[in-house]
Amino acid sequence: MNTIKKHFWNEYQKEIANDNYYYERSCIRQSFFPGSETAFLKILRDELGKKIIDDQHQHTCTGIGYHSDIVQFDTTMTICARLFSLMSDNELKNFVPSCVTSFGVFTEVVETWNQFPEELEKTRKFLREATGREFKIPENIAHPSDIIYKYRKELKQKMKYQLVNHKTGKPLRVVEHTGCHYGKIFSHHAVGGAEFPQVLAGMIEEWGGEVIDYPERRHCCGFGFRQYLVMANRGYSVANTKKKFESMEEYKPDFVLTNCPGCTMFMDRWQYTIAEMEGKTYDDNGMGIPVLTYEELAGLLLGYNPWDLGLQVHQVQSESLLDKIGIAYDPADKFIGKSGKFIGIPEKPEILKVDYDG
Amino acid sequence: MKNWGFKISKPRVLDFDTANLDAYNRLIEKVPSAHRCLMCGACTATCTANLHTTFNFRNCHLMFRRGQFEGLAEELDKCMLCGKCKLVCPRGVNTRAIIYNLRIVLSDLNYKKIEL
Amino acid sequence: MDKKVLIIGGGPAGIETAYSLALQDVKVVMIEKDANVCGNIQNWEKLFPDFKDAEEVRKILSQKLNHPNIEVITNTEIKNLYPQGNLWFAKNDDERIFEANAALLATGFEVFDAKRKEELGYGIYDNVITSADFEKMYKSRKILTAEGRVPQRIAFLNCVGSRDEKVGNHYCSRVCCINAVKQAIEFKELVPDAKAYCFYMDMRMAGQFYEELYRKSQEKYGVTYIRGRTSEAAVTRDNRIQIKAEDTLSALPMKMTVDLLVLMVGIEASAGTTLLSEQNDVLGLYGFAKPLGLYSEDNMTTKPGLFLAGTCKRPLTLPETLADARSAATDIIKYLKTTK
Repeated sequence: MNTIKKHFWNEYQKEIANDNYYYERSCIRQSFFPGSETAFLKILRDELGKKIIDDQHQHTCTGIGYHSDIVQFDTTMTICARLFSLMSDNELKNFVPSCVTSFGVFTEVVETWNQFPEELEKTRKFLREATGREFKIPENIAHPSDIIYKYRKELKQKMKYQLVNHKTGKPLRVVEHTGCHYGKIFSHHAVGGAEFPQVLAGMIEEWGGEVIDYPERRHCCGFGFRQYLVMANRGYSVANTKKKFESMEEYKPDFVLTNCPGCTMFMDRWQYTIAEMEGKTYDDNGMGIPVLTYEELAGLLLGYNPWDLGLQVHQVQSESLLDKIGIAYDPADKFIGKSGKFIGIPEKPEILKVDYDG
Repeated sequence: MKNWGFKISKPRVLDFDTANLDAYNRLIEKVPSAHRCLMCGACTATCTANLHTTFNFRNCHLMFRRGQFEGLAEELDKCMLCGKCKLVCPRGVNTRAIIYNLRIVLSDLNYKKIEL
Repeated sequence: MDKKVLIIGGGPAGIETAYSLALQDVKVVMIEKDANVCGNIQNWEKLFPDFKDAEEVRKILSQKLNHPNIEVITNTEIKNLYPQGNLWFAKNDDERIFEANAALLATGFEVFDAKRKEELGYGIYDNVITSADFEKMYKSRKILTAEGRVPQRIAFLNCVGSRDEKVGNHYCSRVCCINAVKQAIEFKELVPDAKAYCFYMDMRMAGQFYEELYRKSQEKYGVTYIRGRTSEAAVTRDNRIQIKAEDTLSALPMKMTVDLLVLMVGIEASAGTTLLSEQNDVLGLYGFAKPLGLYSEDNMTTKPGLFLAGTCKRPLTLPETLADARSAATDIIKYLKTTK
């Protein structure tokens, strides 16, 4: 009843390219959620038959440095320009940055060039002097979650599972959290706008789940760069995450879905910290609420092996969710890496319960 | 216990859902004019105690309205009850009576007990 | 006088001007786009600051239209207004043409569409309503939540669509502060034990008896005023509304859950005002019509024979609108007497 019943978000639709993408990887997602980017590439190529280039020559977008005030904007613009020149090398025009903050940085840089052409000329000069390279501004910049949203119906046709409790037949109840830099910099670059972004909610509803509208839905996940990066400030960061979980607790969410590296990271890891500091978890079983990326969710429903998607690397373990959906998995496989070698088992937390013996 | 290097910050928010807002009614019973206060600050501007202590009558009154009682009794004790504030109030609020009665209510609520 | 005046808009400004002209033997054709006359005050139950029954005012105004010099045409929306020689012409969609010696824009205002402030959840959450919705509810003397419960806590938010550059309206709508005071009192009279809060940026009590009513709302009804602009409304599990603001006087963030949230929607130029002003090069700021000058020329425009009255120019209260309408009639008669 409390979901977005009057669909204002229809007014905020954006252009999302159909095919031929240049993928720009995130600097942190590959270590925090190592299966997500691989799953995205697989979904695009194998399920949707799209062309997407995963380029080994790429580098940072400067996002974390830029938003922590240690990289100045001229540098950011020039470094983004080099990434655009790599895209041009591949004769592509559609830029797809994996990270929400990168997405925010690229849209901000391009908007700056649109508004201040002299900045564009300056950047061209800097890039030429530093690297001898030239670049073209992308015709389309879309976040991967935009692309999955765009093809959510096509993907549903191929999915083996739905967001439904296979024992009770009831829809799973999902908290969605969209990264700040997805819609708060330019609301017209977000599906659904800044206040009620639809990009994740649209996937959840299409795939059979129910979106939870709770009072602190629009509150910060707890990342916020400065409040986390300095250790003395981390109390602010975790306090924000706590506020969100306190607000969602009574709705008993089955899991949290995010599209930003920071949100996924902090809503997942801070549950461990809060449990260890205060002995509190926000589910009924002391195991925490699983936090998934949209690629992991799409992969799971498409029937990919949860351990190939990297779910074992999350802090809050997801077996309870897999059991609800009815996804088959082999516990013995959990810590066997892609190479077939044992990857080790993490140390067991003192309070937060996990399904493994570390 | 692990040493985390930080603690979870306490929220600073005034939560109207949990604050004791009913205590204000006890003040209103004694000093009905308190309702009229606009928080203009004239009382505080003219206050002698405010000149050399942290005493801020307007803020004490506001915090009591908001159900925030911590440290209020100690602040109110800085008042000399001269009544200068009452002379300047544009809305005829009986400021001195507010201070006097606030102190009693706070004592009843076990904030710095006083003997009457 | 053998002269005719076209009045576009059958609200208070149009009616009052029409009557004043009719008394001076001027023929008036008053054209109203809706089925009924009286404009926006049809949607109001009681008026500030004296709680006058709006129906009485509507009756008085409607009776004025019985004057034999006044012809009222309803259900006719003028899409085109233009001069030709010394005459003024108005056309609707059916190409019906009205002709007169002078024209008056009395096309009035529309209330701000609160959906545009997405963060306040109007149209999304059941228990977020506007001040106009409140009036509708108050007609039956029942202010209830969407679930039919009597609210125990209600909040009124001022400046929704006013003094907000995010929606392009820098101006103050002038009537919402006092209207919030009025509605808070009406609510407290119906539900004396409930709590009523009013969030404001400034309480603008400039009209006569406004400050007195504000004071009474505090003293007699215990309405609590909080200086701070609400930034966000969200729904709770029991379908109540959680709001966040800064309590700026204590410099602390605050939040509260209310049963009903009332958005005090501001005044915006009506679509007709903007359209017809633009056609005649008299479009001012924010879509309102622009008078020739602020002082003695406030009812005139740069176009000879085109006059303005009421809220097509700017936000005005009802008494101000009526006075402005009578003033427009004076200027129109002066014009008719000196023009062929």
